[in-house]
Amino acid sequence: MKVQAEAVTLPAAAPEAEATVRIVIVGHVDHGKSTLIGRLLHETGSLPEGKLETLKEVSARRGMPFEWSFLLDALQTERDQGITIDTTQIRFRTPSHDIVLIDAPGHTEFLRNMITGASQADAALLIIDAAEGVRDQTRRHGYLLHLLGIRQVAIVINKMDRVDFSRERFEEIAREITAHLEGLGVTPTAIIPISARNGDGVARRTPAIAWHKGPTVVEALDHLAAAPAADELPLRLPVQAIYKFDDRRIVAGRVEAGSLNAGDEIVIMPAGKIARIRSVEGWPEPPEPGTLTAGRSVGITLDRELFVERGNIIAHVATPPRETRRLTARVFWLHDTPLATGANLVVRMATAEARATVVAIENAVDPGELSHIGTQTIARNHVGDIDIVLSEPLAVDPAADNPRTGRLVIEVGGRIAGGGLVLSVTAGKPSDLIDIVPVESALTLQERSARYGHRGAVIWLTGLPGAGKTTLARALERRLFTHGGSPILLDGDTLRAGINRDLGFTAVDRAENIRRLAELATHLARNGHIAIVAAVSPARADRANARRIAGDLFHEIYLSTPVEICESRDPKGHYRKARTGQLAGFTGVDSGYEPPEAPELAVDASQTSIVASTEAVEQMLIRTGVRFGDFTDSAAHI
Amino acid sequence: MDHLDQLEAQSIFIFREAFARLKRVALLWSLGKDSNVMIWLARKAFFGRMPFPAMHVDTGKKFPEMYAFRDRYAAEWGLDLKVEHCPPIEAVDPTLPPAARSAARKTEGLKLVLAKYGFDGLIAGIRRDEEATRAKERVFSPRGAEGGWDVRDQPPEFWDQFNASPPPGAHLRIHPILHWTEADIWAYTQRENIPIIPLYLSREGKRYRSLGDSDITSPVASSASSIEEILTELHATKVPERAGRAMDHESEDAFERLRVSGYL
Repeated sequence: MKVQAEAVTLPAAAPEAEATVRIVIVGHVDHGKSTLIGRLLHETGSLPEGKLETLKEVSARRGMPFEWSFLLDALQTERDQGITIDTTQIRFRTPSHDIVLIDAPGHTEFLRNMITGASQADAALLIIDAAEGVRDQTRRHGYLLHLLGIRQVAIVINKMDRVDFSRERFEEIAREITAHLEGLGVTPTAIIPISARNGDGVARRTPAIAWHKGPTVVEALDHLAAAPAADELPLRLPVQAIYKFDDRRIVAGRVEAGSLNAGDEIVIMPAGKIARIRSVEGWPEPPEPGTLTAGRSVGITLDRELFVERGNIIAHVATPPRETRRLTARVFWLHDTPLATGANLVVRMATAEARATVVAIENAVDPGELSHIGTQTIARNHVGDIDIVLSEPLAVDPAADNPRTGRLVIEVGGRIAGGGLVLSVTAGKPSDLIDIVPVESALTLQERSARYGHRGAVIWLTGLPGAGKTTLARALERRLFTHGGSPILLDGDTLRAGINRDLGFTAVDRAENIRRLAELATHLARNGHIAIVAAVSPARADRANARRIAGDLFHEIYLSTPVEICESRDPKGHYRKARTGQLAGFTGVDSGYEPPEAPELAVDASQTSIVASTEAVEQMLIRTGVRFGDFTDSAAHI
Repeated sequence: MDHLDQLEAQSIFIFREAFARLKRVALLWSLGKDSNVMIWLARKAFFGRMPFPAMHVDTGKKFPEMYAFRDRYAAEWGLDLKVEHCPPIEAVDPTLPPAARSAARKTEGLKLVLAKYGFDGLIAGIRRDEEATRAKERVFSPRGAEGGWDVRDQPPEFWDQFNASPPPGAHLRIHPILHWTEADIWAYTQRENIPIIPLYLSREGKRYRSLGDSDITSPVASSASSIEEILTELHATKVPERAGRAMDHESEDAFERLRVSGYL
């Protein structure tokens, strides 16, 4: 191919134009990261003409000794304060690679910038001051490299001149850092004694470190490789957008893992809909078959008109990701406000975005310290494991299965505030593909309604705890049954003990609780039963969702009993517990109830007797055509 | 995938993220080699059609060859070309050194563009290897209401997840070729056969490595009269790309000051 022939003329060092290797230099502040980079550039002849002279002038003007770090510390404030604030990148060549060196700040305050830099790296150099030894930021950076998925780490023990090039001191530090990293599952690729200021061990073995038999820094860098592409993993194509610029409907995205071709049978997750790739598109001409591998930005068309949207993941049918609303992630946190249970966040995974609630936090720790602190919140620059519930199902892989799609970032107020790896996907469906054929009942609705004397319906009783929902529901159930009907009570609390036992009381969980009740009730109603739902269902939006699910079958009854009466009745003792602080987030005490705006019926149980209330509901059912007006009292015929 | 394929795929990804997540974007077309590559990449990202304006913030002092190039290819590539003229030099911070002050007209021009069109994203062709403060840039870089760059408080950006929610009145600079080098630009221009302005090629022993305003840009000594020869020359040179751009070199922090106040 033409491309290959011309690549030879690239100024890349390697004759075969190998991929550039990106290496981040991390470590505690003042342990000499920027100095090492300056020295590396000098020793490998990579400095632009006149740069060294300019820097010497700058140093002289400031009345400071010459600093190699001025090469990278581009901002005036950085040079003034002698610290690196933001991450930067600089290029040079080793015998076999083009290298991008990423300098990451060592100061704790700028950890977000260290992460920004390190996240782009294939490998890392962790630098440690021989005199100071392993410090908190050394450990913190080591931990974060592991969380960022960087597996190749070389250790450089700098300022050996300060400890008289002591081999004992070198080995002592080497043991300590190796133990720390191995605890995280990372084995150092090399450990090198150097003096960046004087050049020992950087590109040359000097007599002072004659005892060191390992590589120099340049040799160690030469052995680090670009992170392998995820070609061998199952296909993951997160959808960025759908373009309809002409008569084509192009699904655009970047292949994060695996590969694809026209004709492949694919599944769109989380919906689980199956289709075939009709064509792969490209400009000026379509790509050649077999080239759409991990890392490519692609456009495809499908063989059928399915609803596809940004955030979906396209996979091969045999190897889809999981669909889930609940997952556990190990995250680092960068926001000033600690991350706490109950926090409402925005989570981004690949191109998907969802609201999320933190339901539990475990193993919160300052990765710079040796001991766990065991708090229930994750402070700034700390890490921890969080359980989150998503507002809608997303397609997710655990990071162990796919590092590209198994990671997430967290946003607070539109700004990235943290990120981490998906450890596990709890309660995740192992992706049922929607190639299903729903089975209709053998009985017709006419047969059922002839027997029951009513059509199917969802009767949704909403109101404060203690408003009388259960009482009315039970009376209604008895009344309908007595007349030959088929009422079924779906009590919110009862279902929480079973089908909904994985749900708590966060806004997201409450919404899911209502959704499930509505789905269940609708299924019963479609089969001719009268589903009587008794649930506080405080959020108007959630009830609107239930009405959307049930459609015409939905009948909302609002128990409008005043809160003082509800609290004085307190049939379950919940108000008392909430008032004494034993029950948090209780509707009516410290959590809001949004009354319906237009219920089919409103009943104030403090004003209306149970018999009258039941009668009112029955009249409503007759009026709306659920209950047949000319029903016979079947009990009377027995 | 080879090196250029990887660069291209990443740039396309960035273009599509910007278009998906922002309401109103424009590509800043300076007519130079970098922004021409950007337009090419945008057309690849969107299958032949660049679905947002190509914005030329015009100082009125570009080389005649550059204006000719603009008018020809705006038509040929079907671009939605918009031209905004920069305010006169008197409107610019007088404490800046002369060349930087002249260049800063473009910053003022950008402010006019933002006010006039209400863009929430401006796509710019800066690269990390060009200059030290650009090396510290984000791909999605938030700007204040005045267009300023707060280098002390850049948000974290990792795993290709971008901060794309500028506060009201502010905007984002999007940098789709931040990770490219000068040599990458030329190698890709050659591979894709992207048209270039002839000023980049040697005439009488000189050529322009970087094109800006005609009065503050000088050519470098070079015998490279084809892209192939440019690449060979770049492989050997230790002269920085922007050596011919006067505003970078007037004082230690002249260019940083330009950038903090909103220059590209």
